[in-house]
Amino acid sequence: MSLFLRDYLTVVWFGLAAVLLAGLLLGLAAAVRPSHPNREKQMAYESGVDPVGMGWSQSQIRYYVFALLFVIFDVEAVFIFPWAANIERYGVFGLVVMVAFIVLLLDGLVYAWKRGLLRWV
Amino acid sequence: MAVSELAGLFQGDLPMGSPMVTGDPLLDGPLLWAPLIVVAIKVLVIFVLGLVGTMFMVWFERKVVAGMQNRVGPNKAGPFGILQTLADGIKLFFKEDLLPDRADRFVFRLAPFLAFVPAFLVWSVIPLGGDYSGGRDGIVTILGQQTRVQLADPPIGILLVLAMSSIAVYGIMLAGWSSGSKYPLLGSVRASAQMISYEAALGLSLAAVLVTSGTLSTSGIVASQTTLGSWNLVTTGFIPFIVFLIAATAELNRPPFDLVEAEQELVGGFNTEYSSLRFALFFLAEFMNTITMSAIVVTLFLGGPRPPAIGNTALTIPLIPGALEGTIWFVLKLLVFLYFYVWLRATLPRLRYDQLMNLGWKVLIPISLGWFLLLAAIRVGDSNGWNVIAVVVIALVSLGLGYLLFTAALRVSSRQRDREGAMY
Repeated sequence: MSLFLRDYLTVVWFGLAAVLLAGLLLGLAAAVRPSHPNREKQMAYESGVDPVGMGWSQSQIRYYVFALLFVIFDVEAVFIFPWAANIERYGVFGLVVMVAFIVLLLDGLVYAWKRGLLRWV
Repeated sequence: MAVSELAGLFQGDLPMGSPMVTGDPLLDGPLLWAPLIVVAIKVLVIFVLGLVGTMFMVWFERKVVAGMQNRVGPNKAGPFGILQTLADGIKLFFKEDLLPDRADRFVFRLAPFLAFVPAFLVWSVIPLGGDYSGGRDGIVTILGQQTRVQLADPPIGILLVLAMSSIAVYGIMLAGWSSGSKYPLLGSVRASAQMISYEAALGLSLAAVLVTSGTLSTSGIVASQTTLGSWNLVTTGFIPFIVFLIAATAELNRPPFDLVEAEQELVGGFNTEYSSLRFALFFLAEFMNTITMSAIVVTLFLGGPRPPAIGNTALTIPLIPGALEGTIWFVLKLLVFLYFYVWLRATLPRLRYDQLMNLGWKVLIPISLGWFLLLAAIRVGDSNGWNVIAVVVIALVSLGLGYLLFTAALRVSSRQRDREGAMY
């Protein structure tokens, strides 16, 4: 195991311990709580009236547009972070390249804005 | 830049811009029993701290909100009602756990884990204290082992935080979807759109911190903020701090951005169908996220556990050993933000969904991106000996020119569309 990975190994074990803790709590609760299910209790909650139709419905397309825009900006972040941490190493060349890249992406956002995609209707 | 220099970039023979991050000195040597025991102690302390801190936060919030509304708040269980959360937790253990008949049974059971585990994992990279007196830079000695007061110090600590906050979206989204019920579904759809929108602003304001600190490791970011004047709050010029704070509030689904669980509209939001301890896990995760996010703000912008210092003189607390002092400063700074979040909840009304989206996409993202580019230009100009004022003026002028060009292009295109009779 290389030294580089040891910190991550600690995080992994910590995560497993957290899973174990959550499982332990749920298991303990399962051992002590009552369980008398009936049909009324298991109905979906709709403010006291009987549920109407299916619980799953199709979500609106506007959420999808935001998800698509988010992917653009998250990919952008992947490129920005390493450069931002080493900004002096890449100097003026890096700055020019990065500004060109960000301006291109920003154009996409401004275009979506101007075409009304960001308007919540 | 010449082609030969360009090739050099990829061979990695350029001088290093930032100091190499070595991680926790505890884990550098051979793995013996002592380091393993120290790691085990840290894990135990963080688990206890996480759970007790969360219980404290729930009590603190109820008590402070009560004070702001001229009520007493919880006062029966224990002194000042401080054991109220414990009593609530014990009650939830004995509550019946219901599984809606239309639910997706596997995902319904999986979702609380996806909310709870990432909330805990964020703790692992936060510097929780340390000895900063006499140039020790946060290293303390436990059982004869040199170590930092943080569980792990990976070179990309802050990316781990971002990754965990992304995974938390899955917990909330899947919880709402798998319930097979309408209110939770609406809550989770809202949550996913809100959280991904503000995550972009969160990441971009964080990039400003990276420009000034030059490292992604949380201990490295703390190490770069030696004095009050070099706190990232000051060196990044306040704007990224404000953007980060707003985006973090939205990421946490806390008021005024709590549309995810808007009680008046969606009953309980994504966790309407959850009961018993599964609900408690969501509740715990939510309050733990509030604490960890405040801790991240402190780490990024306010010097983490470092005592405030001007020049070479640091503020010290008398009678406290140096190794504990960092933790005390950390907790004090943390409490400021916890109080701030409670204050927001007691003061501000909830935003409308279109206002929320407008704030995220049309205000926060352009501001943080523009500020980040400005900071980067100043930083690069600084190392090349350019005039700072000239850099700022040129940046602003080119930004304005770009905007004018863009609107002109848009006008031409819409005129052409009109002439051709396009209907879209």
